[in-house]
Amino acid sequence: MSSIQPSEKARTRDIIAAAKKKERFGKLVPYLLLAVTSLTVLATFGIVYTLLKETFTFFTHINISDFVFGTEWAPFSNADPSFGVLPLLIGTLKIALIAILIGVPAGLACAIFLSEYASPKVKKIVKPIIELLAGIPTIVYGFFALTFVTPLLQTIIPQLKLFNALSAGIVVGIMILPMIVSLSEDALSSVPASFRDGSYALGSTKFETAIRVVVPAATSGIAASIILATSRAIGETMIVSLAAGSTPAFNLDLTGSIQTMTSYIVQVATGDAGYGTTIYYSIYAVGFMLFLFTFLMNRAALYIKTKFREEY
Amino acid sequence: MDHNLQAKISRRIAKDSAMKWLFGSAAAILVAVIAFLFYGIGADGVDRLNLSFFTNFGSRFPEKAGLKAALVGTLALMAVVIPVSMFIGLCSAIYLEEYAPKNKWTAFIEMNISNLAGVPSVVFGLLGLTVFVRAMSLGNSILAAGLTMSLLILPIIIVASQEAIRSVPDALREASYGMGATKWQTILHVILPSAIGSILTGSILSFSRAIGETAPLIVLGIPVIVQFLPTGPLSTFTALPMQIYDWAKRPQPAFADAASAGIIVLLIMLVTMNAFAIYFRNRSEKKLKN
Repeated sequence: MSSIQPSEKARTRDIIAAAKKKERFGKLVPYLLLAVTSLTVLATFGIVYTLLKETFTFFTHINISDFVFGTEWAPFSNADPSFGVLPLLIGTLKIALIAILIGVPAGLACAIFLSEYASPKVKKIVKPIIELLAGIPTIVYGFFALTFVTPLLQTIIPQLKLFNALSAGIVVGIMILPMIVSLSEDALSSVPASFRDGSYALGSTKFETAIRVVVPAATSGIAASIILATSRAIGETMIVSLAAGSTPAFNLDLTGSIQTMTSYIVQVATGDAGYGTTIYYSIYAVGFMLFLFTFLMNRAALYIKTKFREEY
Repeated sequence: MDHNLQAKISRRIAKDSAMKWLFGSAAAILVAVIAFLFYGIGADGVDRLNLSFFTNFGSRFPEKAGLKAALVGTLALMAVVIPVSMFIGLCSAIYLEEYAPKNKWTAFIEMNISNLAGVPSVVFGLLGLTVFVRAMSLGNSILAAGLTMSLLILPIIIVASQEAIRSVPDALREASYGMGATKWQTILHVILPSAIGSILTGSILSFSRAIGETAPLIVLGIPVIVQFLPTGPLSTFTALPMQIYDWAKRPQPAFADAASAGIIVLLIMLVTMNAFAIYFRNRSEKKLKN
């Protein structure tokens, strides 16, 4: 064994010094990363803060109960502007309801088909198509509703207006379909095979197994997917702005023009309402309601999914 | 055998096969709808797809309207969105997967990201209008729109990157530590290179969301008829979905054809990006198998 030369000693010292320097930097890294990560929290606070602040300003102009319980929404009226949000709410609910009526049965049927019936080969073709459908921008769906679905429906329902809730709602239903299919299919596929085997062994058909065993076992996941899809339908903007019109309507008619919370925001943003006017602040009040609805629904979906999850 | 029982069984079997067709036709209808959508838009717009459509600016005359400004604007928007969202998204994913202690603050951040993912895009527009356009007085510029879009797609990038980092086998980390690498060196030289395929897949899909997103741009007040190309990050611009929205709204049928043509261009861009995403996914799957 030879003794360590002085030059090697110096090199070792250098290496250790370099390592220590790296270690010091390494100790800083988590704090730097945490700072960047906290930007996401800042974004949420930004959303809540801006919405709340401008909404409060709006309520210094307009009485809060007039807003929440008012049945007339006529912000652009020069003589007597009124800001009763119920027509916008009803418009939004019309769209969401039609979308659910279209999207949920079709989406669940599709999910059951994919998870219980389809061969791997068919699955390999259909699943990417559904993913493709999920990636189409909503502006494309809106154009589709306006130029293809509405004329098609008008041949069946002649009194249907050019802008109407029905056509927009149906296309929003198509838009939320992929979401329902893929989330529900995940829930159905995660039901263990032993459940199915047990059911078959008792002599059940495939359909009976799917409806009485697999679907009940996946209820929490399916319910969560429906709530999330409804929340998407409520927040959907472009389809309703293009195809549903911009007439606030406090009625239950589906063939005429309506206005939703989202399409009102778009109408104001494309118009020339100046900064600081009551109309300007009103989009924040409407936006805040929209945020509140979607936030509560998303939390509910997560709660149902985790709380009622069956552990196998 | 009991006649009743036999009848009952054959009824159940008949019901079973009927339901199979019903469920299958739901899937078939879905495929038919997408085919109809593509065919309808394709047939209407394909005649407008000539060179002048790409080299003309927007116009009051539908035959002369082109998407030069919109196309360049969308690319410029992406030049802001991609670096900003990738940087914040990757840093967040690395922090949450590799460093974050299991405490209330981390749980809060995670919950917050999942909340952010469910916020309607039009509300992000309101945030951008207040913070970027007005408070930071960036105006309706590429930078303001790019920052808004980055926030919008951030949750998708973070979740996709987290999953990618989580799927890197621990053996690789331990081998790196065993060689004397520090944690940061391990992340930079071992974890990120093996996770980058899946990270790119998720990121590209989120960029394609940002390209097609219209509502936030409308709320930010991005104009539609722009007769010049953007000169810098603070310059006014228009984007592809805004241009399509404007054409789709106009009553003249010739503008509807222009909208169809614009949609074809948009969809071709998205399909190309999707193809890249699938390519990176397959490559990273192969790499993990080896």
